[in-house]
Amino acid sequence: MTNPSQRSAALLKTYSVLLFFLALKAAGNSAMAWGMKQVPERMSINPALYLHAMLNPFVAMGVVALILALLTRMALFSLADLSFVLPVTAIGYVIAVFLGKVFLHETVTHQRWLGTLLIFAGAVLVGSTSRNTTASRVGSA
Amino acid sequence: MKWVLVAAMVVATVLGDLLQSHEMKQAGEQSVSARGFARLLHVIAQRRLLILGIACNAVSFFSFMALVQTEPLSFAVPASSASFVLETLLAKFVLHEKLGARRTAGALAVLAGVVLVGG
Repeated sequence: MTNPSQRSAALLKTYSVLLFFLALKAAGNSAMAWGMKQVPERMSINPALYLHAMLNPFVAMGVVALILALLTRMALFSLADLSFVLPVTAIGYVIAVFLGKVFLHETVTHQRWLGTLLIFAGAVLVGSTSRNTTASRVGSA
Repeated sequence: MKWVLVAAMVVATVLGDLLQSHEMKQAGEQSVSARGFARLLHVIAQRRLLILGIACNAVSFFSFMALVQTEPLSFAVPASSASFVLETLLAKFVLHEKLGARRTAGALAVLAGVVLVGG
């Protein structure tokens, strides 16, 4: 069994890693989208095209940030359940639409905003009912 | 074409996440400090299914690169949340995690959101 202070420390750790992941993902997605639209060659099944596209500095920045985000999320998987991690990180989809509109000057229709709000609402709903069963599993082992 | 890329991205993401979640729980708790990352890389090298999971992430990543080249970020990223709906189902039926009614309703809301974002 874990006491309340240990439990809140574990929760703080989980949410700190989560925030770090969301920041990396937002920065990486934006840099990637900005950079890829500057790459003249259209991507296909050929992997060499993707590696060549990474020579673009914004694409390269996006790749680095998103790889760090991937490693951070793997650490998050060790702290919490898949069915907790996936809904809460879905908030990142809403952040991406916001960044797309503000920084990449994309047109976001009312329908797209509605869809994004539904994704956000669904994520919050799922997140509010989730428990860190990984911690309780370790505690009871 | 954009839906082909979305499908490739979603399936690769789902398979990659399932393999990662399964393997990382067996590997135990990891941290994001410099030593934590070094230990994490050591864990990765020892687990083959984890490497396959990462390969799936690479396919997903390339699909995402191709998608954001032609589509707005405000479509590509929310569309990728379709993987979340599929993963929630697989978390229940493959990983046997418990999903309550509110979680299921939330997953359905995300699914509806993806349909609207793509429409």
